[in-house]
Amino acid sequence: MITFWFAVLVLAWVLYFVLEGFDFGVGVLGPVLGRDEHERGAIVRTVGPFWDGNEVWLVAAVGVTFAAFPDWYAALMSALYLPMVLILLLLAIRGCALEFRGKHDSPSWRRRADLLLAYSSGGIVLLWGAVLGILVDGLALRADGEVTGTGLARSLGPLLSPAAGIGALAALLAAILLGATFLALRTTGPVRRRARDVARHTATGSVVALLLLGISTGNRLALAAAAIVFIAGLQARRSREGTSFAAVAVTVAAAVVAVFTVHGDVVLRSTLNPAWSLTRESAASGPEALKLLTVAGVLILPGVIVYQLWSYWVFRRRVASERVAS
Amino acid sequence: MDVLDLTRLQFAVVTIYHYLFVPVSICLSSTAAGFHLAWMRTGKDKYLHLTKFTGKLLIVTFAVGVVTGLVQEFQFGLGWSAFARFYGDVFGPTLAIEGMLAFFLEATFLALWYFGWDRLPRRIHAATIVVVAVGTLLSAYIILAANSFMQNPIAYALDPSTGRAHLTSFLDLMTNEVVLAAFPHTMGGAAMAGSGLLMAIGIWRTHADRAFLTLSRVGAWAMLIGGMVTAISGDHLGKVMTAVQPMKMAAAEALYETTTSAPFSVFAIGELGHDRPFFSIEIPGLLSFLGTGSFSGTVQGIDDLQALYTAQYGPGSYVPMIPVAFWTFRLMIGAGVLGMALAAYHLWSTWDTTRRVPLLPRFLQPGAGTPGWLRRFVLIAPVLPAAANTFGWIFTETARQPWLAFGISKVEDGISPGLTSPEVIASLAGFTLVYGLLALVWYRLVVHLSRQPLAPVEKASADSDPVPSY
Ligand code: HDD
Ligand code: HEM
Ligand code: HEM
Repeated sequence: MITFWFAVLVLAWVLYFVLEGFDFGVGVLGPVLGRDEHERGAIVRTVGPFWDGNEVWLVAAVGVTFAAFPDWYAALMSALYLPMVLILLLLAIRGCALEFRGKHDSPSWRRRADLLLAYSSGGIVLLWGAVLGILVDGLALRADGEVTGTGLARSLGPLLSPAAGIGALAALLAAILLGATFLALRTTGPVRRRARDVARHTATGSVVALLLLGISTGNRLALAAAAIVFIAGLQARRSREGTSFAAVAVTVAAAVVAVFTVHGDVVLRSTLNPAWSLTRESAASGPEALKLLTVAGVLILPGVIVYQLWSYWVFRRRVASERVAS
Repeated sequence: MDVLDLTRLQFAVVTIYHYLFVPVSICLSSTAAGFHLAWMRTGKDKYLHLTKFTGKLLIVTFAVGVVTGLVQEFQFGLGWSAFARFYGDVFGPTLAIEGMLAFFLEATFLALWYFGWDRLPRRIHAATIVVVAVGTLLSAYIILAANSFMQNPIAYALDPSTGRAHLTSFLDLMTNEVVLAAFPHTMGGAAMAGSGLLMAIGIWRTHADRAFLTLSRVGAWAMLIGGMVTAISGDHLGKVMTAVQPMKMAAAEALYETTTSAPFSVFAIGELGHDRPFFSIEIPGLLSFLGTGSFSGTVQGIDDLQALYTAQYGPGSYVPMIPVAFWTFRLMIGAGVLGMALAAYHLWSTWDTTRRVPLLPRFLQPGAGTPGWLRRFVLIAPVLPAAANTFGWIFTETARQPWLAFGISKVEDGISPGLTSPEVIASLAGFTLVYGLLALVWYRLVVHLSRQPLAPVEKASADSDPVPSY
């Protein structure tokens, strides 16, 4: 049961990072790929009907973490207090910039919304990447599962670690790749062309980085990722945008799964004493709660996936980015 | 302030903010569904325009509700990790089920409705907004059940080895007598909050389009009906509350001694202290009626309850902040009653009739039209119910002190043990700043949207994509 819920939890986080990954990427790329207001509008419209549904996967992921592994939820949130607060603040700005953009008919309003959207999306991606990096490294958890320290440095400190930096950069690359392949898939006209170019160049860069990483550390996963991203770049060039996007999504998903399973049974490593690490068993909630979750999850989640897929189907039409003379 | 007080303040600010927008979303989604169905049935353009207008308000308000709600989901771990560990079993599943069951529905179907005007069959399209409305009610119910556990902990067992609470029955948790009483009460309050906004916009814009008059009258009716629901359910909620948390009712009246036929003070002057009697205008027996259902019932006083709890739970103070409890309770009721009065007056003054009532001054005649002062101060229509909601929650949550979950765990035991004051100050400042700006932008947008003509002027659009937004 605990393993099952661990799997569901990883699935929720994977879906969140993949789905919102392209939302963030699209946000970051907006001012880069959209040469004028009309094109930027088209770019934002590609995620318009989806981003909120995608974001709920975060609610689900956090909710399931809390429900199935309360100690993990408690330790993670309170130890990374300020990074989480920053993510939440940026998410608030991002969501409102996206939703408010089209509600006011003025160019300066839209320009400001586009910039806010780009910066907040970028910031969120960097921070989430850093958090994932920190998850790999572990936290200075005491026996009671808490991290102590003085002042702001207590929860901001981990952000300065090398692992956090690598995570942040990797996440930014991944989001740009996801966003570019998604835009290429969902638009027509000049934006589609430019998105394809960005996807190709970012893919090339990522392949080189992954190869270097893989060869220097002997990490096979990195080599495999390099191969898939290479395919993604190739397919983008051949305008096979569907496969190209899918390849990137698979890579990101695999990376998230890897982060959650690097330490085997340990879900949150204590850097002070291995005995203080949180394991699946020690962080899990009681059998009654897990049983309830199972019943609820089995009843509800398949329906959620079906109607989310339906909404992607309803809005499957590409968004035109070229101007039509009226 | 120490880190505990700061964390409490941070939680209060962020949660109250969430609850300024959420009731409006709850009300607007039902209203949009209502207008949409009215349009389907009658085919009148007026209803179509009102549907689209309410839909835009809903989207904008919903966005704020979503981004602030996300913060709520993290809050329990951020500032209250000890609480999250103790009650993870009870709380976690509730939040997770709320997310899976309600939020996915709302978010997905709202987008389907808003962007789906020309992509879905008519009936299916109308059904999507109904799903959204039901989703908001579901999420409100589930989260209220979680809160009701803190007011009246049931359906749990304490694990003797870890000291943690374990859920014993989800069904019992969902049918807590407190949530059964609080749900109609909060939904009445939500109806008032959203309809206050609609009424204000309707009154302000009536001169632009007659459909706005309809909007203002629909809003006023909803405000009146919502007000009656809050009053009737509030009376019931008071009885449930007196039964499960007698200290709260005593604090609400600053009633120190156990009293039979206890009066209710409408207003008081002076300190609500223990030894000095304070001056107040009282309605005899009303407190007893609110608490017990009989004008001659007995209401327990603060001193007796304190003695009782000391004997039961050990030494310590079990008395919440009396002035806060006393005043928030009155202000909640007062603001609500004023809101209802305003709605009734508006309905009366815009009544389509030629009848004249003798002796009444001109401005009180039925159908006299909306007076200039109301047009100018129209903002009080949404502010009054929002204030009533806020006061109600401050009352509910602060008069629960010192308990976190009544009778089992105190607030100081719930805070994240490692947390430092500078961190909480930084987060409080960040949220205050960002939330403040969001509120300003939201307000500007609502004003801007209300200024647009209801019936869209057909302008040759350069957009080839007929999506209504972005
Ligand atoms: C427009 C809003 C509004 C209005 C007009 C009223 N209330 Fe209220 N009240 C709320 C909005 C609200 C609320 C925000 O919805 C609360 C906070 C927590 C809750 O469950 O509902 C609340 C709480 C609340 C509680 C505390 C419940 C608890 O602590 O468990 C009581 C006893 C009442 N109300 C009683 C009344 C009475 C007798 C009213 C008289 C007519 C009244 N309320 C009007
Ligand atoms: C429905 C779910 C809710 C839950 C689970 C919840 C839970 C909590 C918790 C854990 C605290 C901190 C501990 C404490 O100070 O007692 C708290 C405090 C508080 N909450 Fe709630 N709350 C909920 C809803 C609300 C809403 C909607 C509001 C207001 C609009 C609100 C207003 C407050 C206030 C003012 C405090 C501070 C009380 C004090 O510290 O004196 N709560 N609540
Ligand atoms: C303190 C506890 C609370 C938590 C953890 C919480 C959590 C959330 C979350 C995560 C969302 C965003 C959903 C989305 O992404 O679509 C949200 C929105 C919402 N919340 Fe809260 N909430 C709290 C308090 C309340 C209360 C007290 C109510 C009502 C009585 C409420 C009713 C709603 C509703 C109806 C929505 C959807 C409408 C909207 O977004 O405006 N919430 N909440």
